Amino acid sequence: MKGLLIRDLSLAVRAGGGFGLGLAFFLIVTILMPFGIGPNTSTLTIVAPGILWIGALLACLLSLDRMFALDWEDGSLELLATSPLPLEAVAGVKALAHWLTTGLPLVAAAPVLGIVLNLPPQGFFWLIASLAIGTPALSAIGTFGAALTVGLKRGGLLLSLLVLPLYVPTLLFGAEVARRGVEGSDAATPLVLLAGLTLAASAAMPFAAAAALRVNLR
Amino acid sequence: MSLSVENLSCTRGGLPVLTGVTFHVDPGEALILRGPNGAGKTTLLRTLAGLAPALFGGIAVSEDSIAYSGHADGLKAQLSVAENLRFWADVFRAPGIDAAVDAFDLGELMDRRAGNLSAGQKRRLSLARMLVTGRAIWCMDEPTVSLDSENVARFAAAVKQHLSNGGLAVIATHIDLGLPEARALDIAPFMASQIETDPSDDPFLAEDTL
Amino acid sequence: MPKLRAMSLWEYANPRKFMATSAALLPWVIALSAICLGTGLIWGFFFTPDERLQGASVKIFYIHVPTAMMAINAWAMMLVTSLIWLIRRHHVSALAAKAAAPVGLVFTAIALITGALWGQPTWGTWWEWDPRLTSFLILFLFYLGYIALWEAVENPDSAADLTSVLCLVGSVFAIVSRYALLFWNQGLHQGWSISATDGEAPVADVYWYPAMISIAGFVLLFVALVLFRTRTEIRARRLKALITRERMA
Repeated sequence: MKGLLIRDLSLAVRAGGGFGLGLAFFLIVTILMPFGIGPNTSTLTIVAPGILWIGALLACLLSLDRMFALDWEDGSLELLATSPLPLEAVAGVKALAHWLTTGLPLVAAAPVLGIVLNLPPQGFFWLIASLAIGTPALSAIGTFGAALTVGLKRGGLLLSLLVLPLYVPTLLFGAEVARRGVEGSDAATPLVLLAGLTLAASAAMPFAAAAALRVNLR
Repeated sequence: MSLSVENLSCTRGGLPVLTGVTFHVDPGEALILRGPNGAGKTTLLRTLAGLAPALFGGIAVSEDSIAYSGHADGLKAQLSVAENLRFWADVFRAPGIDAAVDAFDLGELMDRRAGNLSAGQKRRLSLARMLVTGRAIWCMDEPTVSLDSENVARFAAAVKQHLSNGGLAVIATHIDLGLPEARALDIAPFMASQIETDPSDDPFLAEDTL
Repeated sequence: MPKLRAMSLWEYANPRKFMATSAALLPWVIALSAICLGTGLIWGFFFTPDERLQGASVKIFYIHVPTAMMAINAWAMMLVTSLIWLIRRHHVSALAAKAAAPVGLVFTAIALITGALWGQPTWGTWWEWDPRLTSFLILFLFYLGYIALWEAVENPDSAADLTSVLCLVGSVFAIVSRYALLFWNQGLHQGWSISATDGEAPVADVYWYPAMISIAGFVLLFVALVLFRTRTEIRARRLKALITRERMA
């Protein structure tokens, strides 16, 4: 399993691996927002938590379709399926690799973008905490969507349609934490719920993803 | 360690392709699958490897003993030859990759990116992967595609070595590997289209469905 | 197969048995549904008094509530049939789930549209990000995704497997979303119109009887549509099987 994680990480950072694409997308979405909303800093303060969360969600979504598609095309997914690694473990490792290469950079970039969007100082801690705790759920749920659509023509658009409604609870809790953090009200409750969601999704989604992979491989 | 297949029916895309396939392979033996294009050789191998479910019938084999190689090489273009092999060695918990490197003469290519290899070199790397799996039963689909005669001989030698170690192999190929241990099985008689099937087996084909 | 075996529910999972039974059942279901819908809606629209606060606009209730109920029930039915397919591999079950999805989608759309039409005069807004309204919007997206996945996968058995897993996972997420939405916004929508929670019926008897009849009518309409569409799906599968046999011969 460690070997697969290292392989996926090194594939992501090498030429053509797409590392940083999600981050760049996050940057662009966030920077474009004030052009659409207007430069009024007090308005930006109100919408900043939501924009950062939606930007992170879309950036995660953008890189999902590569998760299994590349291994499917070159035949290594078949070989992994016949290897001693259970497909559940393969799906779990893929989700972890996706989070490390997409989710974690977003968490790191969020404070800078928070400054750009005039996020008040008390909001930073909760924004970072909510992204750090919530984005693993996005990767885990996305793994299931990617497994459902692997091998389909034009799977990318379908993937978004399937995954976005599944992302709703994570987005609700995550943005709620960030928003309450800005307002200075109790943000710990939604954060705990978000953490529960992440734990449940990380535990259960690899099984659903593996079931979908088995169907798509036959 | 042996492989027994009893009255196996295989499907592709939800349709029966082969029915009533029965054979037995003992350790040290190789079974060469023959048959026209589209007969179902790939489907049979994928069913043996557990990728495709059998419609019915049984495959008697001990768990985790089959190594599969398909049409695709399963290589990562961005990784070097050594990295590719080491990855599979790690997945299959193999001790090392040296024997596999020697068997397919990959020593000179170790640091080359797999994406820069020729088709024949990629195939050699893909075949070397079978050696690092350390598994007893090889199920191989057209393994000699894009290999020159020198490397076909290398492959035949590797299979021979595998068989003499008590392994066995099921190989779909059109060429003669020159293996005395090999036995050919023509799968044409098992093709579902050649056999008169009972339409009531398929709930959607029964005459009074409408 | 022994002939003496008692008939079980699973017999209807055989396409032949299902076709025979549904053919006999369908005209009755259609007729009953038409009678119930006709009676319930005409009674409700023309022979009940206008409500004290909401006036005549309350009469959209006779369409809004039954379609909203069926929007959820259709998904529940798809969940059950998907589970039956995953566990027992009955083709009719998978095809019934496929057949129910577009019906559920249309019921969800009608519930959303009638809700907007009702909300405008009552709350003064077409749309409100209320938890109940929002969860129907999300349900709508789930239906869309489910139908799109059926359409995208070529092999019918794989499509049945993948959509069943999606239906299962989607159901869990739909319930989580429901509670997440309550956390997110407390909402304007009145409580569930039909159930009486605090001892007093929220709906007076004059409205209650026609409402029950039109709910029955919509349930029967759903059953009729699903039976009809499942029959079409079975015929389509048979056609496919026949064409394949021709090609192979």
